[in-house]
Amino acid sequence: MKGQGILKGLGVTLKHIIDTYLVDIKTGKDRYYNKDGVRQRMTSDTKGIFTVNYPEERLPLAEAFRYVPFLVYDEENGEQKVRCTACGICAKVCPSQCIWITRAEDPETGKPLKTPAEFAIDIDLCMNCGYCAEYCPFDAIKMDHDFELAGYDRVEANIHLKERLLKPASYYAGIRPLNYALEQKAIAEEAERKAARRAKRN
Amino acid sequence: MNDQTTAINKINQAIIKRFPDWVQIDEREGYEGLVVETAQLIPFMEALQDEFGYDSLTSVTGVDYLPEDKMEVVYHIYKSTGGSILVLKVQVPRSNPVVPSLVSLFPGAAFQEREAWDLLGIRFEGHPNLKRILMWEGFAGHPLRKDWREAFYEGEFKPYEDRWPEGKVSKVETSNPYQENIRYPEGFNPETWIPDTEELLLQGTASIKTETDDMGLETEQLVVNLGPQHPSTHGVFRMVAKLEGETVVDLEPVMGYLHRNHEKIGERNTYSMNMPYTDRLDYFCSMSNNFGYALAVEKLLGEKYQPPERAQYIRVIMAELTRILNHFMAIGFFLNDLGAYFTPALYAIKERELILDIFEAVAGSRMMCNYFRFGGVVRDLPDGMEEHIRKMVYERLPRQVDEMDRYLVENEIVVGRSQGVGVLTPEQAIAYSAVGPVLRASGVPYDIRRADPYSIYDRFEFDVAVRYHGDVYDRFLIRYDEIRQSIRILQQAIDTLPEGEILANKPAYKFRMPKGESYGRVEGPKGELGFYIVSDGTDNPWRYHVRAPSFINLTGLREMSLGEKVADLVAILGSIDIVLGEVDR
Repeated sequence: MKGQGILKGLGVTLKHIIDTYLVDIKTGKDRYYNKDGVRQRMTSDTKGIFTVNYPEERLPLAEAFRYVPFLVYDEENGEQKVRCTACGICAKVCPSQCIWITRAEDPETGKPLKTPAEFAIDIDLCMNCGYCAEYCPFDAIKMDHDFELAGYDRVEANIHLKERLLKPASYYAGIRPLNYALEQKAIAEEAERKAARRAKRN
Repeated sequence: MNDQTTAINKINQAIIKRFPDWVQIDEREGYEGLVVETAQLIPFMEALQDEFGYDSLTSVTGVDYLPEDKMEVVYHIYKSTGGSILVLKVQVPRSNPVVPSLVSLFPGAAFQEREAWDLLGIRFEGHPNLKRILMWEGFAGHPLRKDWREAFYEGEFKPYEDRWPEGKVSKVETSNPYQENIRYPEGFNPETWIPDTEELLLQGTASIKTETDDMGLETEQLVVNLGPQHPSTHGVFRMVAKLEGETVVDLEPVMGYLHRNHEKIGERNTYSMNMPYTDRLDYFCSMSNNFGYALAVEKLLGEKYQPPERAQYIRVIMAELTRILNHFMAIGFFLNDLGAYFTPALYAIKERELILDIFEAVAGSRMMCNYFRFGGVVRDLPDGMEEHIRKMVYERLPRQVDEMDRYLVENEIVVGRSQGVGVLTPEQAIAYSAVGPVLRASGVPYDIRRADPYSIYDRFEFDVAVRYHGDVYDRFLIRYDEIRQSIRILQQAIDTLPEGEILANKPAYKFRMPKGESYGRVEGPKGELGFYIVSDGTDNPWRYHVRAPSFINLTGLREMSLGEKVADLVAILGSIDIVLGEVDR
């Protein structure tokens, strides 16, 4: 019979509509405007309304999520200790060449110091590939989770200088807890090994 | 691997034995294949087609060997019945690069030869319509030549030296100001330049015909531009159609609006820098693009950088998930093209979103995954991901593809609009170098995963999806078949996923590549995606070429469209499933 195929298809849309109401009745308010509800909508057996009302509702970001880099500093006795040693690997590996680093110099001798005097990232050029964080041997540059970076002026808003780029290690630990724990563990193990070696020598 | 090399050597020897005066082995270090006498190219190819059965010319690549002062055209050709690729080359002097055109034997070479002319300035004698394809008429020079420099030239190779250790931030807009960021040929003024007329655009076919019937009534053919700004073209793509009434009598695709010279950028980049750029080719399928590029580079790097078992499985899982999401999108947006306003597309996007969630958790980005590395993948699956993928491929995806099936396949409007429309016969499909679903919907069961297995595809049980009518409806249906086969592969892969390393011997951020050439190809969702790389032993590729499936599938668009109604053009284009990021590169 002509039209059977269309009716069958319309049955599918009808099922979708009914599902929407059924799910809403079953789960009630829990489904909307709270984290668990949004998380439920990401599972493999989700049914009903699927869209997320951004910005009131937000998808939880995966730990691996990456968006423009930032520099990590450690806090020691109230002082900022920048992890970056100005080795330049991130600037060399960057595919879009959006990182500029000026190495600091000793004002008296003129010898290069292991810290950056200036550090700039043009985030309009940045393609969020994550290579800088991946290849950094000092865990000094990491990819951020903050993606709401709208601004009015390109230079002011989108060329991030050192002051803007620096964020504490506690912030990093907050957005990437698993990675941070792994790194800390590796650092502790390395220190232990060093101590053992020293003890052996003595 | 070794069996394959001996098999290729055997074929090469047989060909040399048959044509001792015309061909010789390419003996350069790390190179493969045969060098053919330029003058004998056409009779040689003819014989190769007839006697050896090499009927699919898959890739035509120009290479500029500036230091040796010569140009080379590399042909990759295979049998549509399966087996590995045969590499053929012709060499011509750089001062006068003229190569006989193969369009008369392989119509599928038409766009690729135009591309080589456009970007490298190699002239193909006998080409019916040799003009620029990606750049515009009136562009100065041939950008892929090694001595050509862009207006915003910063250096021959990345990394540029002014970034470190004395990097002072410089804004691109100051070094490359608006209205000075382009060069024109001498004597060319864009203000006074009058573009070619539509007649010229359709040059080589026929000019507009006016007919007068016996009543004295004049009827004129009509040229209609679909695009470049047209929602049905899925981006900025233009079809110039010549109509007689509503019937298409001629058609020419015009592209290049999104061209950014991916290959020139790639030759400035180091090898690892190219990986995130490949994401941006076919931006729906970044995982497959990564896969192809990683294969090509790993071939050059050698045994030491072969990925470990677990990485191989994860690669296959990601590539097949990509195929599923791409085909869901293809089905959904094909219905949009037919006029079903967005409901099917949104149902498709829903499934795609769930797969993108997996990609985000695994790779860190939903679309620009940049997940593969030479020798493995960058990150292991996070906790619970295996279970989630298992649930997806065992429960949700099979259910959803069946629902999409119930929803659309028997719909009378879909059937009426697409059955018998835009037919491509198997012979035409092979001749026009069609690949992927377009080829298989025409009744040619060619799938690289089976015909020339790469990675670990030889371990999985799956069928090569094939349909026999070659019309729009079959190209629509075959995507369902392929989703089902991908689900089968995924179920096997997730069940047998081994524990272990995911990245063996990761190369440093910059490394020297051994000299040589390699061609890595994968069966991407849209067809054969190939990467041709020439290494001169430095950190940067000497030549980096992408054989883009959607670009080459468009070669057959004219053939599919002739004689159809103008309204069907949209459906035909939708059934090929192109992504402009890949077409224009």
